[in-house]
Amino acid sequence: MTLIDKKLNRRSFLKVSTLAGGGMMLSFSWLAGCKPTPEQVLTMPKEWFEINSYIKIGENGAVTLFNPNPEFGSNVKTSLPMLLAEELDVDWKNVFVEQADFYPKRFERQFTGGSQGIRSGWVPLRTAGATARQLLVNAAAQTWNVPATEITTNTGYLEHKGSGNRAGYGEVASLAGTLEAPDPETVKLKDISEFKIIGNSKKNVDGSKIVTGKPMYAMDHKVEGMKYAAIVHPPAFGMKIKSFDEASVTSLPGIQDVFSIKLFKEGFERHAFDTTTFPEIIAIVGNSTWEVMQAKKALKADWEIAPESNFKMSGWGPDVSEVKVPSGLENSSTHSEKMAEYITKPGNILRKDGDPEGAFKKASRVIERTYTAPFLAHNPMEPINCFADVKGDKAIIYGPSQIPDFIHGTVANSLGLEKENVQINLARMGGGFGRRAYSHHLTEAALISQRIQAPVKMVYTREDDMTAGVYRPTYSATYRAALDENNNLLALHVKAGGIPESPIHANRFPAGAIDNYLAEGWQIESNITIGAFRAPRSNFIAGAEQSFLDELAEEMGKDPIEFRLELLKRAETNPVGKDNDYDPKRYAGVLELVRDKSNWSNVPNGISRGVSAYFCHNSYVAEVVDVSIKDNQPVVENVYAAVDCGIVVNPDAAANMGEGAIIDGIGNAFYGEMAFENGAPTKRNFDTYRMIRHSEAPKKIEVHFVDNKEDPTGLGEPLFPPVFAALGNSLYKATGKRLYDQPFQPQLIDMKNLRM
Amino acid sequence: MAQYNLTINGKSLNVDVDPSTPMLWVLRDHLDLVGTKFGCGIAQCGACTIHLNGNAVRSCQLPVSAAENTEITTIEGISENGDHPVQKAWLEHDVPQCGYCQAGQIMSATALLKSNPSPSDEDIDNAMNGNICRCGTYTRIKAAIKTAAKSA
Repeated sequence: MTLIDKKLNRRSFLKVSTLAGGGMMLSFSWLAGCKPTPEQVLTMPKEWFEINSYIKIGENGAVTLFNPNPEFGSNVKTSLPMLLAEELDVDWKNVFVEQADFYPKRFERQFTGGSQGIRSGWVPLRTAGATARQLLVNAAAQTWNVPATEITTNTGYLEHKGSGNRAGYGEVASLAGTLEAPDPETVKLKDISEFKIIGNSKKNVDGSKIVTGKPMYAMDHKVEGMKYAAIVHPPAFGMKIKSFDEASVTSLPGIQDVFSIKLFKEGFERHAFDTTTFPEIIAIVGNSTWEVMQAKKALKADWEIAPESNFKMSGWGPDVSEVKVPSGLENSSTHSEKMAEYITKPGNILRKDGDPEGAFKKASRVIERTYTAPFLAHNPMEPINCFADVKGDKAIIYGPSQIPDFIHGTVANSLGLEKENVQINLARMGGGFGRRAYSHHLTEAALISQRIQAPVKMVYTREDDMTAGVYRPTYSATYRAALDENNNLLALHVKAGGIPESPIHANRFPAGAIDNYLAEGWQIESNITIGAFRAPRSNFIAGAEQSFLDELAEEMGKDPIEFRLELLKRAETNPVGKDNDYDPKRYAGVLELVRDKSNWSNVPNGISRGVSAYFCHNSYVAEVVDVSIKDNQPVVENVYAAVDCGIVVNPDAAANMGEGAIIDGIGNAFYGEMAFENGAPTKRNFDTYRMIRHSEAPKKIEVHFVDNKEDPTGLGEPLFPPVFAALGNSLYKATGKRLYDQPFQPQLIDMKNLRM
Repeated sequence: MAQYNLTINGKSLNVDVDPSTPMLWVLRDHLDLVGTKFGCGIAQCGACTIHLNGNAVRSCQLPVSAAENTEITTIEGISENGDHPVQKAWLEHDVPQCGYCQAGQIMSATALLKSNPSPSDEDIDNAMNGNICRCGTYTRIKAAIKTAAKSA
């Protein structure tokens, strides 16, 4: 047992009289696994006793654990309760998992994004489990009249050896629920060696519901008297509503009303996550989804150019900033031209070590390469939607949101209600990838419901979803390396930017490993909305950097893994500059592991191989991609990943997440692209926006975790950025052509007579 | 609006809807069978896959008027207790991430195994290529189909 300095917010350990949820969303851990025999499994108890915010225990010993964070597919609904169960010391098969609603009085951080779920929950959730266990011990001590320190627990049972007393948790739960919670700072957590649940794969607690099609998503929600709503938004960025003809749809079958809604009240100081492309949209309300979707096609509306506008923004850091939305209809061709100007134009210096200018002057050879990538749409499989029921001064919202806390105040303000009267319940999300961190759809559904004074489910079509913005930005990065006559690396210069943000993380590798280093950033303003997309910025810059290092290693006549390890050795033993925000040893560790697991130097016949590594979200990942050529086109055969994310809570689910991130990366590298003509997105659905499909997935993916005792770090994102360069570098080996611009596929189609 | 008598998951059900209404929305809005999912509305993603007389079809493109006198099976109807070999294999391989596309994936997989009890990798790719999984669970889906093929 170890005592950890927890500095916790106490509210999680207090009891609140009203239980969140209400037993509607129970998930049975054992249903997802092998079905146990009836005597192994506890049935639903007659009564639940609340031990703390996260835990209730029935009189028969059954345990309900609340998953506080929104679930969008990263499996937090299973792995966060595992942290509670570990310290509570219960049998996982007697655990029910319930999705918590958004309930800031009970839970601290109901946030899915930035790969921080497990990392942020690691101490608080284990502490919640441990304090609950202590309460049960205290209850047994009182019942048996023995010192609490003499009582031990073992998977749901309490025992006092001296008196021979033994009881199940359920027998003391009623009393435990009435006792004063122990100070969490005094509660000891298990030593890693004592873990029974953490580190042992547990099946997805919602698995059986998913494979039987049970309602779980906001899209599936329905209540008596519910109406359906479709939305119509302007056809292009830089446009707004001029007018619309209500009569063009109100006489259509099943249509009740058509009106426009404004998302923000005049002068409202927007939150940084209030990103929305169209602050005014048209809503069509009717009796069924199909009818409102038909009316949407029939609606006659006129649009006009939106003038430049400004709004105040706060909520991310202490400052209030003025945000400008420029006017104009933008084009991808112009974007490319503007970005290319920065190959020669200076940027803002973000980091400078040594004398890079001098080193470039001295160089006998300079290698310069520019990499680009387009805007990307998130395209989660469940289109944007939301249920809302606003009556009088109360609102209930059931919607897919990664961060309900960030939209809560906005919804309340737009409705003109008190925050306390706006309840947000958390639906399972059909994917997120960052898109549902921007929860404007909650406001939209709520305003529609308020207008019609009835419950409503608003559903975007796929076209609405894909063309409503909040994209991954388009980026460009120019790398330059100065080499001396002996091919020694004298200096490295990166200048990277995008529309509208720079992807540079100036203090990441290879900063710290090179004497003369210069990083510059730039950005070009735009009215195209952007937002977090799985591993923001890293998802581009990793591909550029690791492709350049690969080419550099080749120019220097070095093995690409050896070259990286040499740089990391330098960063470890004699680091350049300050604030290097990575651990070179752990970084090298994943390269060594992937070299070993892929049998790096022993390339199978007919295979071309590329490597890449990156650090983001506090985790280290190296990947090797193997491709072959079939019918003159590349086929991804194998991917080997080595990951250092500290302790792995749920290993098989972690591997699943890693496999998915790799497939996601391969898909976006080959095919991902959103473009614009006169402000209008050129792709509106999956017939033109190409997504990776079954036949294009790798034949085999191996995800290997570094075995260490470090506290857990991010996982959902870190496997995504490295795959772009690992793929690009393997395609170079296969085709003889370096790929500098994403997506890769259009360039490969044009190639003839690929090698091999 | 028109009355339709439909046979869904072995039950006879009546709906009163516009003849153009796709089965996707009949199932979801009118019959409360929401396991069949809306993804794209143009038969490009497979989330809405159901069986029509045993064949996998995209319900977003199947008007209710064409569904009379057919046998329709949805994810809710492929087994009574969620124990179809494909469902069991999905759980064994812990396939789902977000889960949204999985009903459609399972419907395509069950139709494949019915017509081809021991599919090759290529057969699986061909049968499943219409079903997008944005989370990227493709390798697990393939493994689960192979497990189901062995156990069926």
